[in-house]
Amino acid sequence: MFLSEGDLGAIVLTLELAGIVTAILLVLGTPIAWWLARTKSWLKGPLGAVVALPLVLPPSVLGFYLLLAMGPHGPVGHFTQWLGIGTLPFTFWGLVVASVFYSLPFMVQPVQNAFETIGDRPLEVAATLRASPIDTFFTVVLPLALPGFLTASILTFAHTVGEFGVVLMIGGNIPDETRVVSVQIYDHVEALAYGHAHRLSAVMLAFSFLVLLTLYAWRPNPKKH
Amino acid sequence: MDMTQTRPGIHARFNLGFKDFSLNVDLEMPGRGVTALFGHSGSGKTTLLRCIAGLERAPAGYLSVDGEVWQDAATFVPTHRRPLGYVFQEASLFPHLSVRRNLEYGLKRVAPAARKVSLDHAVDLLGIGPLLDRLPERLSGGEKQRVAIARALAISPRILLMDEPLAALDLARKQEILPYLERLHDELEIPILYVSHAPDEVARLADYIVAMEHGRVAAQGPLGETLARLDLPIRLGEDAGVVLEGEIAELDQAWHLARVASAGGSLWVRDNGLPVGQHVRVRILARDISLALEPHGDSSILNVLPARVEQLADDTHPALALVKLNAAGAPLVARITRRSAARLELRPGQTVWAQIKAVALVG
Repeated sequence: MFLSEGDLGAIVLTLELAGIVTAILLVLGTPIAWWLARTKSWLKGPLGAVVALPLVLPPSVLGFYLLLAMGPHGPVGHFTQWLGIGTLPFTFWGLVVASVFYSLPFMVQPVQNAFETIGDRPLEVAATLRASPIDTFFTVVLPLALPGFLTASILTFAHTVGEFGVVLMIGGNIPDETRVVSVQIYDHVEALAYGHAHRLSAVMLAFSFLVLLTLYAWRPNPKKH
Repeated sequence: MDMTQTRPGIHARFNLGFKDFSLNVDLEMPGRGVTALFGHSGSGKTTLLRCIAGLERAPAGYLSVDGEVWQDAATFVPTHRRPLGYVFQEASLFPHLSVRRNLEYGLKRVAPAARKVSLDHAVDLLGIGPLLDRLPERLSGGEKQRVAIARALAISPRILLMDEPLAALDLARKQEILPYLERLHDELEIPILYVSHAPDEVARLADYIVAMEHGRVAAQGPLGETLARLDLPIRLGEDAGVVLEGEIAELDQAWHLARVASAGGSLWVRDNGLPVGQHVRVRILARDISLALEPHGDSSILNVLPARVEQLADDTHPALALVKLNAAGAPLVARITRRSAARLELRPGQTVWAQIKAVALVG
């Protein structure tokens, strides 16, 4: 067997995590991107900066704050305990929440770009053709922004697969719960099991390259519109 | 303001300030025919049109169309609930939809009972039948604009707003589209507000003209009399002139000429193949009229009309004067030098002969 059972478990867990995070961010990130693309409010700058923070912040910093917030004495922790579901750190769903924050800019920025590229005119045309704003969003904006959504989803998925620092801070290292591929590789290296580390790393390398290849090869022709 | 009164036509009052421009208009426009919003770029005509469409929101504005209030202190009907059609300067077709689906986009959103213009009729009027299955990127500029006009017509608008629909096109494309616009004017009951800075388009299409300058209405009225006003603050320059309505009364086969019976008298024009009885418009530029006190039988000029001097005014250049004439009830404007005016001792009430060097059939 090329990969051990533990390795396979880590891969399945990683894919599950990345898929769920991408789906959540499609729903959460789209309105944020829309607001950022359309608003003339002074809040655009500050909110844009907050969304971009995970790009520059060390994952340990983000993880640290999330750990405090979701812990038994943090505001999120109080809320989740009041709901009766305990606390989120060191659970799969804690990892999901942390990853949503960590990957937010990878969803919001490409989608925001796509929305800004569309401009006002198609929206005005749709309004003069009797389409309400919501109607316009689904029949004009979404189809025109589709390449942006594709790019954003691929980047978000890949970025979530590749995270390590935040996982370590929030999730720890629980098999089939929070032990994702990057952590599994770390474990292999710690245990001096370089053979296992090699194989899993090769899988990650191939995966990342294929994702980026897809992205660059499929990049829509900007001259088209 | 009296909310209950129903006024026919369009009543618009907007005050809108931007950094370096403000719009201040209070206008009544007829609810039929083609009304040209005419002026230089930056005169506010497009902003006015956008306010009427609800694309621009002027606080404290008022707008009613055929008695239906679209905007007042308490009301602002959003654009998508206003029964209007809008043609932008650039065709702005949806790039992800075929021509057919572009046309259907608006049509689908109109209640079946309100569909008065059939899709087939709109397609026929604009001659776009062969284009229906193409994507917009495969159309020429003129074709795109024809599709955009058909798309706006297909929703059976109560009023059609057109923002310089020809301005982005070259001369050949303009000539391609103008006949279609004339058909809209002749065959549909829909009133059209037509924004333009091109005097030739206005002369050809408009029935009523609203001249805009610096965000205000400088002059307005029926096309013929308004163009003949010497105080029209919009200086038309070389394009100053009048438009007369008439019909082809006679064809002279031997000389390939056609006689147009207009309000001002008979005018001979080149025979363009139009049949006798055809309603036409002729445009006579001020610079193409010279004045004489006697009829000269020995000149090459074909069209000479007797007229009475009504008014004299200075033109933009100090060497020139504008003379407003009354030719059997039809207004004419002549541009002559002030020296000539002095030499002929022109004064209101005097009878002169208007020698017309060129008459253009404009539709």
